[in-house]
Amino acid sequence: MAVFTRGFGGRRPDSERPVPPGQYLTDDFPVLSIGPTPNVDTSTWQLTIRTEEGAEHRWDWAALQALPAEDVTVDIHCVTRWSKQDTHWRGVPVDAFFADVETAAEYVVAHSFGGYTTNLPLDDLLDGRAWVVTEYEGEPLEPLHGGPVRLLVPHLYLWKSAKWLRALTLHLDDEPGFWEQNGYHLYGDPWSEQRYG
Amino acid sequence: MSSWHAAQVVRTEPLAASARVLTLAVPGFAGALAGQHVDVRLTAPDGYQAVRSYSLARVGRDEVVELAVDEVRGGEVSPYLVHEARPGDRMEVRGPLGGYFVWRPHDGGAVQLVAGGSGIVPLAAMARARAAAPTSDAPFRLLAAVRTPADAFFAKELDSTEGLTTTWLYSREAPPASTRPPGRLTLDDVTAHAFAPDVGARVYVCGPTGFVEAAAALLVDAGHDAARIRTERFGGV
Amino acid sequence: MDPAPLDGNSLAGPLAGLFATDVTLVTGRCAHCGDVSVLAACVVYRHPMGAVARCRACTAVLLVVVEHPAGTRVGMPGLAWWQGPAGSTRTGAVGD
Repeated sequence: MAVFTRGFGGRRPDSERPVPPGQYLTDDFPVLSIGPTPNVDTSTWQLTIRTEEGAEHRWDWAALQALPAEDVTVDIHCVTRWSKQDTHWRGVPVDAFFADVETAAEYVVAHSFGGYTTNLPLDDLLDGRAWVVTEYEGEPLEPLHGGPVRLLVPHLYLWKSAKWLRALTLHLDDEPGFWEQNGYHLYGDPWSEQRYG
Repeated sequence: MSSWHAAQVVRTEPLAASARVLTLAVPGFAGALAGQHVDVRLTAPDGYQAVRSYSLARVGRDEVVELAVDEVRGGEVSPYLVHEARPGDRMEVRGPLGGYFVWRPHDGGAVQLVAGGSGIVPLAAMARARAAAPTSDAPFRLLAAVRTPADAFFAKELDSTEGLTTTWLYSREAPPASTRPPGRLTLDDVTAHAFAPDVGARVYVCGPTGFVEAAAALLVDAGHDAARIRTERFGGV
Repeated sequence: MDPAPLDGNSLAGPLAGLFATDVTLVTGRCAHCGDVSVLAACVVYRHPMGAVARCRACTAVLLVVVEHPAGTRVGMPGLAWWQGPAGSTRTGAVGD
């Protein structure tokens, strides 16, 4: 039998829109970390896409700025059960980075500075469903929230939106990332409550 | 020890401006050692859960858990425990936990305690266990670093605990009578107030990560054997 | 503010359901840098998805503890070995 704690967690906002099952709304943006926050300098930052054949495509900070960015308003859902509605980001759709990438691979592993990884189907990064973002709520993305550059894939649980993004590698098979190797779901759809694998 | 026990708040007492003591009745909880901690799980009426670790402030009574909780601003669990929880409220407790950062009455020998802020809680449990053990004549010393006199947990009791010599060190604001200017823990503080290295005391250091690392380094610089220094860091919200 | 990490002492709760003894007393060797330390002394980030224990010397990930609904799962990506505390050997030496 569950033991409930009177008066704990009673100040959560109500939702006018449905939230995914088992999620609770928050106005905060909790910072959850698995290690020291990497100190990533935009003067040396690079994003690398490496295909299954080993071909590499690179963008430095100036090249990233030259790509067409857009403003994005989305709801985000963390597997630790908080959701946050109407968050505002600015970034480049991932499609822009794949315009000249030739690949037969169906899977991607996103790599972060600091060693974190997470796996996604390539299709979930394309068609305007995922962004490489550099601003949050009108400000440069803070290091604590993944700045200067993170991935944003709002239709999947937030662990898929790798902070401190440095590379996307393409794979013929789905290769589990950090949390996926340790028991979390390979895909992570919040609406189907795909928390654990 | 691995399962969650139902717990009920039976008493709350103010401890400092942003801290208080909570006494919980926990049927099935037994055998805690000084220095151990428990995990506390809170479940909101909508099912949301949060788990945090807290050191036991006192051991020796089965089925009773005494916590001393310091509020972490912007935190989720500690503000609830410090400001909201009241007798009759229910939560869950897992423990007692941890076999490394503990003192047992039959350990014997001198003991040096070094506390930063609310890191004093498990060390107070050790001093209390020492005072409650009639067979122990182990000499204890406590070096307690706090921001201001108002932040000194259990000060009156620890200044008069049998077998314990306590030195308070203030980092921001010292009492008027104090000759030491407020400031961080220094090598001089360690050599002046801690046991000399040749005593071979067991050393327990507890506090925020930065304090623990700085204090452990000073102790080693002062000549203490790193292998006899045990540490516990906290940082939970 | 960066959320401050804890240390290996805090793994006692998450691991209590899995092992009969207190695993925080186990000594381990970092496969990355070779540092040998008791588990209680490593650096632990208690992420709500799972506790991540890192080497105190080189910050490599030693251990990941996920309290999975199907049972607690411990990933050990960075431990070369771990060894029980003195007295944990059940019988005499091999060949007795």
